[in-house]
Amino acid sequence: MAKARTQTIGAVRRTFSPWTDPSATPLIRFENVVKSFGAFTAVNHVSLDIYEREFFALLGPSGCGKTTLMRMLAGFEEPTEGRITLAGQDLTGVPPYERPVNMMFQSYALFPHMSVADNIAFGPKQAGMGKGEIAARVEEMLALVKLESFAKRKPHQLSGGQRQRVALARAVANRPKVLLLDEPLGALDKKLREETQFELMDLQQSLGMTFLIVTHDQEEAMTVADRIAVMNHGVLVQVDPPATIYEQPATKYVADFIGDVNIIACKVEGCFGSDLRLATSLTPHPLQVTHSGDQKPGDEVWLAIRPEKMRISLDAPDAAAGNCFEGEIWDIGYLGDLSVYHVELPCGTRIKVSQPNLSRVVERPITWEDKVYVTFTPHAGVVLSR
Amino acid sequence: MNRGPTWFNVTSLVLGFAFLYIPILLLIIYSFNGSRLVTIWGGFSTEWYVALLHDEQLLDAVWVTLRVAALSSLVATVLGTLAAIALTRYGRFTGRSVFSGMTYAPLVMPEVITGLSLLLLFVAIGFERGFWTIMLAHTTFTMCFVAVVVQSRLVTFDRSLEEAALDLGCSPAKTFFIITLPLILPAVISGFMLAFTLSMDDLVIASFTTGPGATTLPMRIYSQVRMGVTPEINAICTVMIGFIAIIVLIASIATKHQETVRRREEQAAAQ
Repeated sequence: MAKARTQTIGAVRRTFSPWTDPSATPLIRFENVVKSFGAFTAVNHVSLDIYEREFFALLGPSGCGKTTLMRMLAGFEEPTEGRITLAGQDLTGVPPYERPVNMMFQSYALFPHMSVADNIAFGPKQAGMGKGEIAARVEEMLALVKLESFAKRKPHQLSGGQRQRVALARAVANRPKVLLLDEPLGALDKKLREETQFELMDLQQSLGMTFLIVTHDQEEAMTVADRIAVMNHGVLVQVDPPATIYEQPATKYVADFIGDVNIIACKVEGCFGSDLRLATSLTPHPLQVTHSGDQKPGDEVWLAIRPEKMRISLDAPDAAAGNCFEGEIWDIGYLGDLSVYHVELPCGTRIKVSQPNLSRVVERPITWEDKVYVTFTPHAGVVLSR
Repeated sequence: MNRGPTWFNVTSLVLGFAFLYIPILLLIIYSFNGSRLVTIWGGFSTEWYVALLHDEQLLDAVWVTLRVAALSSLVATVLGTLAAIALTRYGRFTGRSVFSGMTYAPLVMPEVITGLSLLLLFVAIGFERGFWTIMLAHTTFTMCFVAVVVQSRLVTFDRSLEEAALDLGCSPAKTFFIITLPLILPAVISGFMLAFTLSMDDLVIASFTTGPGATTLPMRIYSQVRMGVTPEINAICTVMIGFIAIIVLIASIATKHQETVRRREEQAAAQ
C-alpha cells in the first residue's frame, strides 16, 4: 500500500515541471514586490511565479527577507510597492482572514486554552461549517497526522513533534489553496526533522495543495522542494530546482550557501569551443574547464568546485588526468560515510576534497602531512562571473 | 554554600514580620475585647461585632464603599486594559510617550494632589458631588494600576497566536474576544482585584471628592476615631482586613496559577 503510493508520487514528481511550460498559468505571482520598514528594505523588487501543486522553498540566511515575503502572501504585511496575485485575484488590501491561504507558524501558535480538536476545528468554525461537518473534518485531519487519540489533550500536554502535527493539521483543515510553512521543522531534532520532511512531501502530494516553505536549512529545502528560491538581502538570487541550484549555481553566493564549495579566483587565458583555459595562482599549469558561457580572454572569473567532485590520491597522476593540484594534508574531517580532506597548496590556500569511505579497511590511508594530488575533470567545476 | 537559615536571616525575618503585623494583630485582639476601654482587656467578647450590625451609619458606609469599589474597578479594568493594549500594540504612534507618561502619572502623583485637582474639576463643571464623583475619581486613579498589570502580561504575549486566528479566518474583533482576552484574563482579573482594594482603602481622594450623603467606610472610621477609638472600630477594621486579605489571596493565587501554566507551556515547548 505504502509502496504503491510512493511510486505514484515518484511518477508525479518525475514529470512535474510547470515552470518550464510557457502555457502554464502560475497560481501565485509576486509582481515587482518591494517591502520597506522605514529606511530598511526587506524585500527589494521581487518577481516570482509559483505554480499549482508546487512545493516551493524560500531559502536564505536570517534577515534575507524570506519571511517578509511569505507574510505578505499571508496578508500580515502589505507590499510597499508592486502586487501579489493568487489565482488571478489581486490580493492588495485583502485582510489575512479573507485570503484562501493558511500558515503554519514557526512557534506553531497553538491556542493554549483550547484542546487539540478545538484547535483544528477553529478554521472550519470560522468558515461557518456545520457542526457535523466540522466534527468529520477534525476526525479526518487527526487521522491525517495520526493523532486520533490526542483530540482531548491541551497543547502543553503534547511533545514537540505532536504539536508540530497539530499545527499542520490546523493549517490544512480549511483546505487552503496555498499552505505557508514558516520554518516548520526548526524546533524538531535532526532525526525527527528528516522523517517529517518526507511526511510533508507525501502530505503535499496526497492533498494536492501548493506548499510554500520558508527555511534557512539548505538540506531541508533540497529534500522537500520542487524549486528553491535562494534569497539574499531582499533579492532573489536564483530560482531553480534543487539539482540545478547545486550543480549550476548562478553566483558565488549561491554556490557557497548551498553545500560546501571551493571557490578559486581565475583569469580566462583562452577559449577553445566550449573549453576555457584558466590561469590561477594555485598552480603553475593552466586549468582546462568546460563552460558554455560568454567569457572572453582576460576576464576575471571564479571556478566553483564541490569537494566531492575532486579526487585525492597519494600517487602522482599521469599527465592525461587533467587538472591537478599538489599539496599537503593539513586537516582531516572524518564523518563516517565520508572524509573531508583539507589540502594546503604551496601558495598557502587550502581546498576541501571529500572522498567516500567505501571500504572499512584501507591499506594506505591518507593521513596528516601526506603529500597528495588533487585531480578533477574539465566538467567538475562551474565558472562563475559573479 | 550554606543552605540552612542563618541567625541573621531568622532575626531579620522575625523583626520584619513583627514590625508589619504586631499592630494589626493588636487591633484584631482588641476587637474581641469585652471592655469599652480600648487599652484595658476586659475578657473575650464578640459584642462589638454584634453592635456593628446595628450601626446604620456604618453599614451605610460599607454599602457605599462596596458600590464605589465595584463600579470604579470595573470601569478602571476596561479602560486600563484598553490603555495597556494601545501602549503595547500600536508601535510608534505620535504622542506615544506622552500617552504612556500620562497613563502612569497617577501612580506617582500624591493622592492629595489627585484629590484636590479632581475636586476643582467637579466644582468647575458644576458636577454635584457625591457617590458618582467618588466613583469617577477612583476610576481615574486605579486605572493606571490595571494598565501596568495588564501591560506586563501583554509584552510576553505571543502575537503569532492572534495572527494564527486571523489567518484561519477570524475577524480582528472576534480574535480579541476568543483568543487574546481569555489568555490575558488572569492579569485582567488581578488588575481588577488591585483596583477594587485600592478603591476600598482610599481615604484621601474620597474625602476630597465626596459630597453630602456619600460617606465611605474609611471616611466614617476616620471621623469616628477623631472622637476616640472604640472597640467597634477595631471590629470593623478586623472585618476589612479579613476581606482584603481574601481578595489579595485570590489575586496572588490567580497570578501564580497563570505563571505556572505559562512556565509549564514554555518547558513543554522547549522539549
